[in-house]
Amino acid sequence: MSDRRARVGNSGRGFSYEEPLLFEHSRPGRVGHQLAALDVPAVDPRELLPEDSLRDDLPGLPEVSEVEVVRHFTRLSTWNAAVDLDLYPLGSCTMKYNPKVNERAARLPGFAQAHPLQPVELQQGFLRLCHELQEQLAEISGMDRVTLQPAAGAQGELAGIMMIRAYHEHRGEKRRKVLVPDSAHGTNPASAALNGYEVVSLPSGEDGLLHPEAVEAAMDDEVAALMITNPSTLGLFEEHLARICEIVHAGGGMVYGDGANLNALLGVARPGDLGIDVMHFNLHKTFSTPHGGGGPGAGPVGVKNVLAPYLPVPVVRQLSGGEGEGYVLDYDFPLSIGRLHANHGNVGMFVRAWTYIRSLGPEGLRRCAEMAVLNANYLLARLRGAYHVPYDRTVMHECILSDKALADTGVTTLDVAKRLIDYGYHPPTVYFPLNVPGAIMIEPTESESLEGLDRFADAMLAIAEEAREDPERVRSAPHHTRRTRLDETRAARRPVLRWQPDTRS
Amino acid sequence: MRYIPHTEEDVQRMLDAVGASSVDELFEAIPEKYRQSGPLRLPRAASEQEILGELRELAAANACSETHDWFLGAGVYAHFVPSAVDALVSRAEFTTAYTPYQPEISQGTLQAIFEWQTMICGLTGLDVSNASMYDGASASAEAALMAMRSTRRSRVVLSAGVHPHYREVLRSYLGGLQAEIAEVGRGDDGRSEPMAGLVDDATACVIVQQPNFLGALEDLSAAAQAAHAHGALLVVVVNEALSLALLKAPGELGADIVCGEAQSFGVPMSLGGPHLGFMAARQKLVRQLPGRLVGETVDTEGRRGFVLTLATREQHIRRERATSNICTNQGLCLLMATIYLSLLGRRGLRSLAEANLAKAEYAKAQVLAREELALAFPAPTFNEFVVRVPGDAASALARGRERGIVAGLDLSRFDDDLAGCVLVCTTELASREAIDRLVACLAGAPA
Repeated sequence: MSDRRARVGNSGRGFSYEEPLLFEHSRPGRVGHQLAALDVPAVDPRELLPEDSLRDDLPGLPEVSEVEVVRHFTRLSTWNAAVDLDLYPLGSCTMKYNPKVNERAARLPGFAQAHPLQPVELQQGFLRLCHELQEQLAEISGMDRVTLQPAAGAQGELAGIMMIRAYHEHRGEKRRKVLVPDSAHGTNPASAALNGYEVVSLPSGEDGLLHPEAVEAAMDDEVAALMITNPSTLGLFEEHLARICEIVHAGGGMVYGDGANLNALLGVARPGDLGIDVMHFNLHKTFSTPHGGGGPGAGPVGVKNVLAPYLPVPVVRQLSGGEGEGYVLDYDFPLSIGRLHANHGNVGMFVRAWTYIRSLGPEGLRRCAEMAVLNANYLLARLRGAYHVPYDRTVMHECILSDKALADTGVTTLDVAKRLIDYGYHPPTVYFPLNVPGAIMIEPTESESLEGLDRFADAMLAIAEEAREDPERVRSAPHHTRRTRLDETRAARRPVLRWQPDTRS
Repeated sequence: MRYIPHTEEDVQRMLDAVGASSVDELFEAIPEKYRQSGPLRLPRAASEQEILGELRELAAANACSETHDWFLGAGVYAHFVPSAVDALVSRAEFTTAYTPYQPEISQGTLQAIFEWQTMICGLTGLDVSNASMYDGASASAEAALMAMRSTRRSRVVLSAGVHPHYREVLRSYLGGLQAEIAEVGRGDDGRSEPMAGLVDDATACVIVQQPNFLGALEDLSAAAQAAHAHGALLVVVVNEALSLALLKAPGELGADIVCGEAQSFGVPMSLGGPHLGFMAARQKLVRQLPGRLVGETVDTEGRRGFVLTLATREQHIRRERATSNICTNQGLCLLMATIYLSLLGRRGLRSLAEANLAKAEYAKAQVLAREELALAFPAPTFNEFVVRVPGDAASALARGRERGIVAGLDLSRFDDDLAGCVLVCTTELASREAIDRLVACLAGAPA
């Protein structure tokens, strides 16, 4: 194709569109929205507000028509992989199907167009939904009380660690350390540090599990808490958890449960029964609220009664006895850690999660856990042999492979991940957990059918063969995307974090 | 089970491949005594039709801006949202994707974030913006932490004009650290008292809100001088983001960090969330920013593309030494706002801000025309202001409820000195007739 013809049309590749930045579409005078006619007298801001407090122009905004905006974002959407296209096996992210009814539910005007500070008499339907969701999460997890306020899992961790700190301080104890296993998500140590704690990393055993001896060795009267993810990020049930909780409790500490992997336990076992004192839920993982390209999530926290006095305020409470009927926002928690969110939390996610729990019922939730675990074990069975399996045993919701068996080919985990894109799959989580070199962490979830899993497994096996027969093909992947590998080093060395008209004209 | 495709035959084939005799066998790592013997005590599985029926009933028990005349703001604003916003964010390629870790198949999300960062830099007058925070409150708390890190100081001077919930969240976030918070009081005109006397060489930052919680416009230049005289940073919190279309960019007035809530840009009120915290800063602070950042780069063929960048600040790399524990952002809300700002554009957003100002000025004039009512503070305002009503504010709001009006916020719940005061907000949704009804209602006039 000649240079001239390469510029004809808008892609050169059929309906695979190139799309410039919106600012590059901008033309003076174009508008994308018409305002309602003003039914009050117009005003001149310069007569009302101090002259030096006003701005002349909005330099960051484009001038484009509605058609251009719609085409722009529709085209951008076609550059994304998504769960609705196919398996999205990001380990520890639980990329399950997000039911459409959830979206419809959250958009009902009585939820979407209501305000957090409207009188409680005028938000009783919402408060009832909150109360029911709190009770449902408590039942699912075996915890006593639940707050829905934290906006994400990491903020839930922060809330949990704050409550643990408040508990110790109320008892007059100054404890300054938090124990975190080496396989934990990065948010765990970061949340502890944000709360002023020193983080002590615990090594996993050779079988991938956390062992009571490691906890015993680190436990002393300076330890405020142990943070543990169960099933772990290795996809393994922490078989010694009950004993570990006993050790921490005997030393006066609390056990924080990271609920990222709760999907494997739904209806099968409850963290609260195992000895966990406080845990967060990721509504965007276990309870099917969409991940939205990075959020919003929601991170409710469940606690045992011993920590209930420290819950963030306000607490949604059902009136009882002589109080009358209905629900109130209760601020009467003198030992509360305070507030973590400007309002009630990510309410839209509460509505979706409530809808999901109601759609599945007790049997459906258990079926999620069972099929998620069956799917992970099935993939492991199909891929064992072609890939190294660092901890080869029955797994829970995810399985961990590594690139060790490919070492002689020069093909790494990153290459396998990028080559999977050519086969039409979002790659698994890679290079995590940190205690497995070259980790490939696959979480298929219960949403995938047998045929879908087989297609994915076939792609993984094909890549392992390619690594031997044509390693360069794998190492230079992806080949079928609109962009090849992007230069991340350049992005970090000379950060360009916004568009500026003078840098490209 | 409509969300789970497995037939019993599939299950059997898979068990055979795994080498297990039953599904239960896969859970043998869980000690027997901790395995659930019976079903969870939850309602039975319901159909879509039944669930929507129940939810419609719950939703109908809440007032909303479609059923009531709406004058309640206080950090969450009822604005009109063009239809294209929801149509576009509903695309599953945006909704059901996750954090763009794999840039080759996430350019849609990455480019939209890059566009958002550009817009926020323009609106705030600062050099760098991140890819959003949970909400305005946590963004403000993270701004204080960022100032403490970059100055290596631990004292925060906080204006009482900052949203009371934001101040509470700030106290929660700083609770575990060795930090001191000094509050600046409110002056008679509704603005913060002069703060120079409270700032010292141990002060990391001064935090003011613009417009403040009572709607009054603060003197940002004076706050900047007070902060900078002692090497402290000025943090400006904005929770009615539409005001940025009218007011001079805080960055031009000396702000070092501008953060807050961008819900006004096309995000539903949704009883308080999910909303859209934002944060922008001067270039020199870029490596102290919390959260995700998207940067421009090229692929191996030299074509422009976008990636998550400067990740060494973040928890998944740096763990306990990260700038924050934040992991998710408010990606989909960010997308709503980016689309909204694209539609309104350079002129439309300004015109909308002027319309909000005009509605508020009309309402204030009607208030002043009533003997029973007064404006509590003389400071200039944007679309929100405080009305002193006869008797207590709760009665005035109750009168509103009877007339289908959500009349504003009773400020006595935050401050005893504000008994009898109602915080009223008028956006473009408030018609002239509705404003007239509101003013009559606040004055105690018969309906």
